[in-house]
Amino acid sequence: MTQAVRAAEQLTDGNWHRLHPATPVLKGGIALLAIAGAIIANLREALIESFIGGPREEDPVSLLYTNGLLGWALLAALVVVLLFVLGFWVSWRMHEFRVTEDVVEVRSGILFRTNRKGRLDRVQGINIMRPLVPRLFGAAKLEVNVAGQNANVQLSYLRSKDADALRRRILGLASGKREETPAGEHTGADHAPGAHTGPVAARVLEERAREFLAPELDPDAAPPESIVKIPLGRLAGSIALSGFTIVLAIVLFVGVPIVVATEAYWALLPVLPGLIGSVGFYVNRIVKSLRFSIAGTPDGIRVGYGLLSTSNDTLPPGRIHAVEVLQPLLWRPAGWWSIRITRASNSSTPGAAGQANTTLLPVGDRADVTRVLGLVLPEFVGETSTALLQTGILGRGGDGDGFVNAPRRGRFLRPFSWRRTGFAVDPNALLLRSGAVWRHLVIVPHARLQSIALRQGPLERRLRVNRIQAHTVAGAVDTELPVVDRDTSVRLFEDLAASAATSGRVDRSHRWWTAEHEGMQEQEQAPSEPGSVREEAR
Amino acid sequence: MSNGLELATVEWRRVSPKQIGVELVGTLLSALVLIAVGVFFLAVVRTPFGWVIIGASVVLHGIMAILAARRVRSIGYQLREDDLVFRRGIMWQRIVAVPYGRMQLVDITRGPVARALGLAELKLVTAAAVTSVTIPGLVNEDAEGLRDRLVELAESRRAGL
Repeated sequence: MTQAVRAAEQLTDGNWHRLHPATPVLKGGIALLAIAGAIIANLREALIESFIGGPREEDPVSLLYTNGLLGWALLAALVVVLLFVLGFWVSWRMHEFRVTEDVVEVRSGILFRTNRKGRLDRVQGINIMRPLVPRLFGAAKLEVNVAGQNANVQLSYLRSKDADALRRRILGLASGKREETPAGEHTGADHAPGAHTGPVAARVLEERAREFLAPELDPDAAPPESIVKIPLGRLAGSIALSGFTIVLAIVLFVGVPIVVATEAYWALLPVLPGLIGSVGFYVNRIVKSLRFSIAGTPDGIRVGYGLLSTSNDTLPPGRIHAVEVLQPLLWRPAGWWSIRITRASNSSTPGAAGQANTTLLPVGDRADVTRVLGLVLPEFVGETSTALLQTGILGRGGDGDGFVNAPRRGRFLRPFSWRRTGFAVDPNALLLRSGAVWRHLVIVPHARLQSIALRQGPLERRLRVNRIQAHTVAGAVDTELPVVDRDTSVRLFEDLAASAATSGRVDRSHRWWTAEHEGMQEQEQAPSEPGSVREEAR
Repeated sequence: MSNGLELATVEWRRVSPKQIGVELVGTLLSALVLIAVGVFFLAVVRTPFGWVIIGASVVLHGIMAILAARRVRSIGYQLREDDLVFRRGIMWQRIVAVPYGRMQLVDITRGPVARALGLAELKLVTAAAVTSVTIPGLVNEDAEGLRDRLVELAESRRAGL
């Protein structure tokens, strides 16, 4: 049993534990540094002036100096700093967390106590983030995503090497697996032979360097290979061909000539910062998406990205409510696609490429899409499904392509895409295809359907068509099919209602380990309470 | 109506006709508010635009009042084996099916007018905000009975999210 695993076991023993000792510095330290910087800059000016003998200005420091109060001022500053340090220390002492068999709980605050509990069987994902500065300190932020708005439980910060093991333990508890994990599984890279030689300082430095350079997927929990590799060229190309570029091009090639022609240069003023900022936008998106990786683990899909600040998200099975494969218009010549998902809870930090972290695959070709979908919807693989996917994303529509498409009458409502607007039903999922210019394919597993709605307005009634909407939790993916033949939609409605009820009953993926190991007899009832409870005591 | 939404196998249960009263009072109140705005324009701002507001308000709310009975008749629900189906709307129709296992909570609310008429409103909440199923115009005992029945059904078929 390695050190990290033992540490993680200690952290999940149900008792209260404290966070990384550097937490207050990492959380509030930057503000303090800024204040110190301002004071030092001020002092430096005063010092230079006193040496050069320039004109004395009435700034606070020189006033103090001339009045002989400098000693008192320094003492006051020292007291303030000490108070800050004391405050930080107390807040660190009061900020504790514990992981029991059922919940993960955090309590914090000196005057205003906060207590937050997340139920483990409602865990939607666990995200480990390592922003650049904490990363240098060997610290990481662990965020347990629980179903519900703003219901995440954050453990910031933890020791970087504990975070991965702790996540594995929490996921293990959440999966319904109660026994100890066999020690043989864990052979962390940070415990390679030779790691514990040499003087302490050198060892610490070495450890930091190794953690910094280590790939985001820790080798024990994930198959070493990410199933998707995004070459730098494709990444840059995909970002260059985004909608933002179109806006930028319009500004540059239409807006600027107009300004020059009319000599209204003042009009540039509000635009200029945006133009300069756009460079930062591109660099930021590229840097954030570098080292993107996605791989399957026993406890779910692991998505990692980031070069300097890294993020590494694990999504347990059955937590994805809807998947959308989409292609922006400009990506079509290159054959690139992107994948978005709906989850019951989202991490508070933005995801790869600076997009909302509803994006599972920032950019990939068709083979990548197939591989990622196989990972996301493992029950949805096989010959027919793959064929269905191909027609789903590429098909031009028309009769007999595996999808039930909108009738010809629908062209009044969808002049370009009516041929492609259609659905297909798989035993496990519903596929909705739409869009001819911006192509979309939405996949909703039956087990995640919350309810189904049919809607019809007066114009649609004339055309004898309906809209059908598969209701999932709120998210990035729009699960409405805008035009369906009336009779077909009623049949689909009945089928979906039936399969949503049956698959909802047999689905046990919220306790995925027991589901796998004890079959469908697992009778454990999910509790009716919401995913997380938050109390605030004043 | 031959092109409209209809589920062949469902016998819709209608809500109480007293709900028409609730709808009429609501229509009347909103008409009065708009007429007051119109009067304000006439009396204080002194523009004939006020007459437009009053006229439009009277016509629109008149139509709404005439259609109130049909609107209430269009509301229907049915408890099927595995799910609850709900419909409403004349021009813009909507039919929703909510599997019992997906219900997160069942809510009863009573507005002032509905309370006077002995009516209650039943609201079903699932994990999806878009479900938005609210059955108005249920007689109090029916509403409570239905709630207990739904909660019981939801408990026996509870699933994950």
